Amino acid sequence: MKILKDSYSVWWADLRILKSLWQRFLITSLTSPVLYLLAFGFGLGRGIEIGGVSYIEFVIPGIIALTAMNASFNGAGMKLNVDRLFYKCFDELLMSPISSLSIILGKSLIGVLRGLMVSSAFLAIGLAISSTRITPLFGLTLLLTCFTFSFMGVLAALLAKSHQDMATFSSLILTPMTFLGGTFFSLRDLPGWLKMILHLMPLVHSSRCLRAEALGRSFPWASFLVLLAFGIAFFLVCLSVLKRSSV
Amino acid sequence: MIVTRNLTKVYGDIRAVEDLNLEVRPGEIFGFLGPNGAGKTTTIRILTTLTKPTSGNAWIGGFDVVSQPQEVKKMFGVVQQHLSLDRELTVWEVMELHARLHGLGSRERRKRIAELLDYVGLAKQAERRIGELSGGMKRRVMVARALIHHPRLLLLDEPTVGLDAQARRRIWELIRRLNSEGATIFLTTHYIEEAEALCHRVGIIHRGRLIALGSPLELRLRLGLAAVETLLDDRVHYRYFPSKEEATAYVQSLPPEVKMIVVRDSNLEDVFVELTGRKVEDGEDTEG
Repeated sequence: MKILKDSYSVWWADLRILKSLWQRFLITSLTSPVLYLLAFGFGLGRGIEIGGVSYIEFVIPGIIALTAMNASFNGAGMKLNVDRLFYKCFDELLMSPISSLSIILGKSLIGVLRGLMVSSAFLAIGLAISSTRITPLFGLTLLLTCFTFSFMGVLAALLAKSHQDMATFSSLILTPMTFLGGTFFSLRDLPGWLKMILHLMPLVHSSRCLRAEALGRSFPWASFLVLLAFGIAFFLVCLSVLKRSSV
Repeated sequence: MIVTRNLTKVYGDIRAVEDLNLEVRPGEIFGFLGPNGAGKTTTIRILTTLTKPTSGNAWIGGFDVVSQPQEVKKMFGVVQQHLSLDRELTVWEVMELHARLHGLGSRERRKRIAELLDYVGLAKQAERRIGELSGGMKRRVMVARALIHHPRLLLLDEPTVGLDAQARRRIWELIRRLNSEGATIFLTTHYIEEAEALCHRVGIIHRGRLIALGSPLELRLRLGLAAVETLLDDRVHYRYFPSKEEATAYVQSLPPEVKMIVVRDSNLEDVFVELTGRKVEDGEDTEG
């Protein structure tokens, strides 16, 4: 109970900041996914069918996963990076009588919320222009995606020694996932070795699960479990890094 | 209130703190005086549980900083040397966050925050964002924040660094008032006048080692309360005497070629120079 209360306390400060700028945040965060939709969905993918569905129907769940990834990673990671290296106020959390677990959870929750906000807003657009289905498993996968990439953002911010490190992490990890993570094309026909490498990306599994639910196909439980394993692993490494860095 | 035994912190080849043995008594203002890089901030970081010592022990209020960090964290409030405030929050929000982290209930939070902002003279700034405040105001927010949970010990790392004379005096008044109300204060400083004006006892730290300990008067007495500065062969020479009378007698005995004779009270800078051969403001070669 105390862990949850302390996590909320950590989250509370970030919520106050989000409250004062949520409209601007939503508009700027929706720009990229809407551009992807226009460029790939309506531009490049017009008239194309993948696996018996139109390209628009195919690409929307992928963009939702991508949007959740970016908003969660940046929502949790960038703020923590600024708190640690620029405002230097993260030490105040470390010197408070709360557990490392509460700090990690509290700092991740803002990423989860931001991820859910933007992906839900994009989902609303998707529902208006396609027959995307929303199911409980779709919601659960979206939540898990947001948690997984929030923990990844917190981990990157805890390891970063400069603001440049965060940018480097984005370029080397997030950008490849953006274009190779199963958002814009199906991985089914790729060579086996490449498919194996790409399946090391958590976004691939998030896209697979969301797409299966959105299109009414059988749910890929293996991918769901892999995504869950990524989330747990990021969380545990965050905890270990934080404990190692302080008493 | 604070006890350290053979406390040591090593970073690679650098011994930032070495065999530090210290006791800070309840109710006193204890000053840790030394140049930048002497090991003051490293000591504070160990005491505040942010850094693990390489060897040795430290206790706050009887709790070990390494094995009982949660108990230790409830004992102290800390004002770090650098500004450590989220500039996107308002003054009130910064205070509320800290109050929440220390488990204060809603009604108690409101009362305590209003009380403290009034105490540090920032009641009218409560709704302003931190980024809009002056350096002195930010420092006062940090002091108020450190007091939110009624800590028995206040750790101040260079509390007036970068402040103008007026803001510095205001912080000094605040520190004296807090101490008179019962708080034990451990502060680090490289300002001689700050240590002399505020501290009941001073520990002088040089290259990670405690080289002298006592009240400012005791430390000066070891050297002599009166100092004589003379200029001879383009060099300033210092001599110390137990009293002004003895210093004056010495001056009268000097040959006429000795120029620029100054007789004054000795100070902690003199003590530091005599012990180390360098001035406090010269800084050290090491980190810390």
